[in-house]
Amino acid sequence: MTLHADIEVERGEFTLSVGFEVPRGTVLAVLGPNGSGKSTVLNSLAGLLLPDRGVITFGDRTLTAAPKVHVPAHDRAVGLLAQEALLFPHLSVVDNVAFAPRAAGKSAANARAVARRWLSEVDAEELEARKPSQLSGGQAQRVAVARALAGEPDLLLLDEPFAALDVDAAPAVRGLLRRVLRAEDNSRATVLVTHDPLDALALADHVIVLSEGRIVEQGPTREVLSAPRTPFTARIAGLNLVEGIAKPEGLLTRSGGSISGVAAPDAVTGEPAVAVFAPGAVSVYPADSAASGSPRNTVAAVVGALEPYGAVVRLRATGGQDWADGLSADLTPAAVAELALEPGTPVRLSVKAASVTIHPVLGQ
Amino acid sequence: MLWIPASIALALVVLPVVGLLVRTDFARLPELLTSTASLNALRLSLVTAVLSTVACVLLGVPLAVVLARTSGPVVRLLRAVVLLPLVLPPVVGGLALLFLLGRNGFLGYLLDVTAGVRIPFTTTAVVIAQTFVAMPFLVVSLEGALRNSGDRYEQVAATLGARPWLVFRRVTLPLLLPALGSGAVLSFARALGEFGATITFAGSLEGVTRTLPLEVYNQAEADIDSAVALALLLVVVAILVIAVARPRALEGAVGERTGKRRTGGARA
Repeated sequence: MTLHADIEVERGEFTLSVGFEVPRGTVLAVLGPNGSGKSTVLNSLAGLLLPDRGVITFGDRTLTAAPKVHVPAHDRAVGLLAQEALLFPHLSVVDNVAFAPRAAGKSAANARAVARRWLSEVDAEELEARKPSQLSGGQAQRVAVARALAGEPDLLLLDEPFAALDVDAAPAVRGLLRRVLRAEDNSRATVLVTHDPLDALALADHVIVLSEGRIVEQGPTREVLSAPRTPFTARIAGLNLVEGIAKPEGLLTRSGGSISGVAAPDAVTGEPAVAVFAPGAVSVYPADSAASGSPRNTVAAVVGALEPYGAVVRLRATGGQDWADGLSADLTPAAVAELALEPGTPVRLSVKAASVTIHPVLGQ
Repeated sequence: MLWIPASIALALVVLPVVGLLVRTDFARLPELLTSTASLNALRLSLVTAVLSTVACVLLGVPLAVVLARTSGPVVRLLRAVVLLPLVLPPVVGGLALLFLLGRNGFLGYLLDVTAGVRIPFTTTAVVIAQTFVAMPFLVVSLEGALRNSGDRYEQVAATLGARPWLVFRRVTLPLLLPALGSGAVLSFARALGEFGATITFAGSLEGVTRTLPLEVYNQAEADIDSAVALALLLVVVAILVIAVARPRALEGAVGERTGKRRTGGARA
């Protein structure tokens, strides 16, 4: 079973036109800045908005065939998790989570039993008697996750689910979602809307990048984020990603090297992770210069390509030592001239440990 | 220097009540309040005010939901029309009702000829007049509350599999209850104090249409002590109403103009 979507929406000057597929058990991230049409996509999938043109099918069931067929939201078996938890303020936590089973016709006792199971799944069973007003932002979002899942949706829609959480609460909820989405029995198709490439990195198998209502790039998450093919994607998501295994204060790379960095709060030693750093954080030195900066994060490399990206020049490294292959570095045109860089020039790349974040990723 | 006009304003509100208290003959109070005419007026006032509050709720809740959940130029116009009884002098409202439902009004004529029903100068007329003037209070506070909370909760409920009627019953209505309570109390107070529309449309017949305010007006010419005692009773009821309903009702009425729809921060 696969979700197929072709959606076209016109709002004055703005036109959204996208098409994508999400197989069961996988997560698609829709990445884009505010105003790129991400939420319109999600609302169309949820049945809260009828696109002007387009078809949305899940398996052999047609959910939308605009403008004639429009299965209403309550008949779609979707779960929606928004930026705000939006727990019903007049219901206790357990009754909030029991809402979907109740709506599906379960008895009050059965629905509560289901709700308690999901509350324990998100480590929130001790909150069951509370009212939403007595929860912190992170607790409320945990309960909202349980509520969205308690309806056993075929299609899970996540709308910037960490954007409204403070920096302490976001990693815990992200970790929780990763656990749920990674579970063996996950048979849902999940669409995650976000403006943060790190959310996509942590949760999604595939990513599409939206700009002004169009898909400008799509593919496997790590490929798109580490080797963006368009300047637009490079600007919002062009990151250096080095894969490996998380260790305290850093990452063990595939080739046996190591990178020092700051571990994200949800990184676990021994688990698959990536070291993430921006091209702007990479310094370029002549190959024969004395070591400077943090010596642990310095590698020899060869200039592969030099491309202008707006005001800077992006250097892409090839070959070289250990994790240098494929790294990007941003330089000013003056620096390129001063270092006499051209494809084939040997250089040394260096990145400060403080600029490197170690992020957990979905296991392979 | 604002405190000078502020104290004058406060005095304007408080001093008349003090004047009423000073003038009250407390020794004769029980006797004055329990006279047949007073008890009749009190009973009639309570019954009609309760009935018109019920009518306001039954008709006003759907109206508020429709006004808050639809948009377009027609609805904007309707929203203004609903406020009309709020700004119209009650006497004008009473006259308007009379020319609609009176024997010469087109609807009144129709009712008279087809069903033999004559509304003016009956208790029914009192309830209609009170509902007419009190309804905007309920609609305004409900609509404000509905617009403030937006429809995000309803959308979430729909994605959780709830059909529209279940959404209304388990989400919309419970979220509306506080505003409904204060709106109903405000409507009740307005109905209880109704004078102009009632006397124009329903007249002043003891036991049938002479409610407390009309009885106060009536007694003011015959027995001023009795009028003052009844007036005091109305003041006590008004203070009770303020104590119960004021804070949330004000939020609702103000929110309708300044409140923003909560749509959940930055939307992509």
